[in-house]
Amino acid sequence: MSSETKQILTTDGIPLEVSLKKAEKKNKIKAFLLVAPLLLFLIITYVFPIGEMFSRSIDDKMITNMLPKTFKEMEKWDGKELPSEEVFTAFYYDYKVLVKKQEHGKLGQRLNKEKNGFNSITKKLFRQIKRKKIDESISIKEQIMKIHKRWRNVEYWQAIKRTAPPYTMSKYLKGMDMYYAADGSISQVEEDRRIHRILWLRTLEIAFFVTLFCFLMGYPIAHLLATLPMKYSNLLMICVLLPFWTSLLVRTASWMILLQQQGVVNDFFVMIGLVADDNRPEMMYNKVGTYVAMTQILLPFMVLPLYSVMKTISPSLMRAGKSLGGTPFVAFWKVYFPLTIPGIGAGCLLVFILAIGYYITPALVGGASGTLISNQIAFHMKQTLDWSFASAMGLMLLSGVLVIYWIYNKLVGVDNIKLG
Amino acid sequence: MSKNPEFVKFDKVDKSYDGKVLVVKDLQLDIAEGEFITMLGPSGSGKTTCLMMLAGFETPTHGEILLDGNIISNIPPHKRGIGMVFQNYALFPHMTVYENLAFPLRVRKVEKDEIDKKVDKALSMVSLNGFETRMPAQLSGGQQQRVAVARALVFDPAVVLMDEPLGALDKNLRESMQYEIKHIHESIGVTVVYVTHDQSEALTMSNRIAVFNDGKVQQLSNPAELYEKPVNSFVAEFIGENNTFNGEVVDIAKNKCKVKLTNSEILANPISVKSKGEKTTVSLRPERALINPTDKMDNMFTGKIEEVIYHGDHTRVRLNLLGSSEFILKVPNSTSNLELKVSQDINIGWNSADARALDPK
Repeated sequence: MSSETKQILTTDGIPLEVSLKKAEKKNKIKAFLLVAPLLLFLIITYVFPIGEMFSRSIDDKMITNMLPKTFKEMEKWDGKELPSEEVFTAFYYDYKVLVKKQEHGKLGQRLNKEKNGFNSITKKLFRQIKRKKIDESISIKEQIMKIHKRWRNVEYWQAIKRTAPPYTMSKYLKGMDMYYAADGSISQVEEDRRIHRILWLRTLEIAFFVTLFCFLMGYPIAHLLATLPMKYSNLLMICVLLPFWTSLLVRTASWMILLQQQGVVNDFFVMIGLVADDNRPEMMYNKVGTYVAMTQILLPFMVLPLYSVMKTISPSLMRAGKSLGGTPFVAFWKVYFPLTIPGIGAGCLLVFILAIGYYITPALVGGASGTLISNQIAFHMKQTLDWSFASAMGLMLLSGVLVIYWIYNKLVGVDNIKLG
Repeated sequence: MSKNPEFVKFDKVDKSYDGKVLVVKDLQLDIAEGEFITMLGPSGSGKTTCLMMLAGFETPTHGEILLDGNIISNIPPHKRGIGMVFQNYALFPHMTVYENLAFPLRVRKVEKDEIDKKVDKALSMVSLNGFETRMPAQLSGGQQQRVAVARALVFDPAVVLMDEPLGALDKNLRESMQYEIKHIHESIGVTVVYVTHDQSEALTMSNRIAVFNDGKVQQLSNPAELYEKPVNSFVAEFIGENNTFNGEVVDIAKNKCKVKLTNSEILANPISVKSKGEKTTVSLRPERALINPTDKMDNMFTGKIEEVIYHGDHTRVRLNLLGSSEFILKVPNSTSNLELKVSQDINIGWNSADARALDPK
């Protein structure tokens, strides 16, 4: 009996489920085709570049490809004593190929990054090969060891072996001021050279305080926007959105005009006698400038989600709170505030994530003490051309954002985010 | 203990929002302790504004509001101790039913045990025991409404205000809630000020009804009097159904007057007309006009049936009578039912005492 009723048939005798799928197939295809351009766009402009960035950040194939024979021989080497004759011979032939292709310089530079002193000894080896001073019929190991005493030092050979894997995490370690020591363990750089860790902490600090300032200023504005009569709230809304319609660069430049030592704000302070004319405070090229400009620029991202949530809160709730005996503060804190938490979450998350990766504003008004990790990434992209390091730091930033998102989800719940 | 007849007093209260138009004009209204009074009127008549002034969310532009003899115009809402049920319930959506009910008690620093007891009592009053842990969104409209009523009563306020609390419910639920609120009022004897635009709701529940229009109380009386003896044509029109004749008084005696219509004359009861020549609107309740009257009545006419609509318990008949095709009759659905057909002529009669000659429309 039950098996008979399990499958419902249409009047044509086709099972209902099949019929339903058939009927909806066309709509599904239509829906997919509609989103397909966006999907393609996202894959090309987002998923693909991130994958590319990741592979670039861990890529270390250069030496692997340059010294194929050497690494093959090195597989048998235990890495404690000097390597055998075969390793030396393989290295010699690999190097000879590179000399022919004129790529030996690159190898020297790259190995020098791994261990200081490689550049000069590879150059010496190059000169010997050029002058054809190496006799291939006798022990090559002996001849190479004679070129420079460093070739007799096992540490240099260990350094070569460390570059064997085609992938490395060293860029990520560098982003955290750490490196692979000679024995392959992870060590910290000296304390006075730990610049990245300071930058990470500063980035977090500035993002946190910018979010806090945006929240403290945006909450009352959003409340006003949501409760004012239409004609005033529209005007105020335009004031809030006006920065959106102005170029980021123009806004930052105007902050430079306002905040500089001979600028409008300082002039005003001097005029009202707050500071002495010969003792004008520096408000730019430091953290103050970054805070002020970033807060102003990111404020709309806080106000808009808050506004959209507050707009949905019926004013009668506050009235109910008051009529039931709550003071205005109790009514606000127990009734109104908890209802705005989804908006607070959305606004803070948005501002924090935008602030953590902010670039132009800190670059222009931040000076030395107000620059963020993104400025460092840009520096490696444009100045040192160490793209793999820039990629590694970019990905660290991205994963930081994902971690924050995950924490937020655990604490508040992403379902509670309301953007509009 | 005698009840204070002026427990709530509006003393010459004016209210204007923009300084140009008065939404409440010179309101003089006394509400007795324990009374269920309804402010009834079309939207924009000022009734909700009056309620908001009493609750403390609006301040009177002029005049005073007194609660138990004390002027409350300058007391903020949270110190007035007035319970309020809002139009859309205004339950706190992030709190459970228990927390909603406990809110007014917690802000008054009531002991935990006492809160539990009072919440339990209030919930049993609206028969919602066992719903303590539900969130408002998990309740039906009617249940939310009951929670709102319980919350407004749980802290034993002297006055409870209700601002169209049943507006969002469907018809059947609305009717059963009307009785429920009425019974709660009767059992605890709290003073209730109720605002609605639904006249049947007002008639069902109230001790007295204040009919508002244009910022003024048009009539303040008990439901029966309001329906039977409206003092002006607005009230007659607004409360219940009503047949009207516009005309001019041609003869007036002590309790009868003759009103001339376009091409006939009827006898009416002079309420707001004093002398000959005055324009008037005569109001007659549909159920007071009888078909084929057996007794002698002082108004007897013949009309032609234009439309017959079956309503279950009664039949509505629209007649063309005395030059107007809007004359309505309500015929009760009894076994001795008459055969009513469109374009049939029937005889209609009514007593002049039931035809009230009011101010002209």
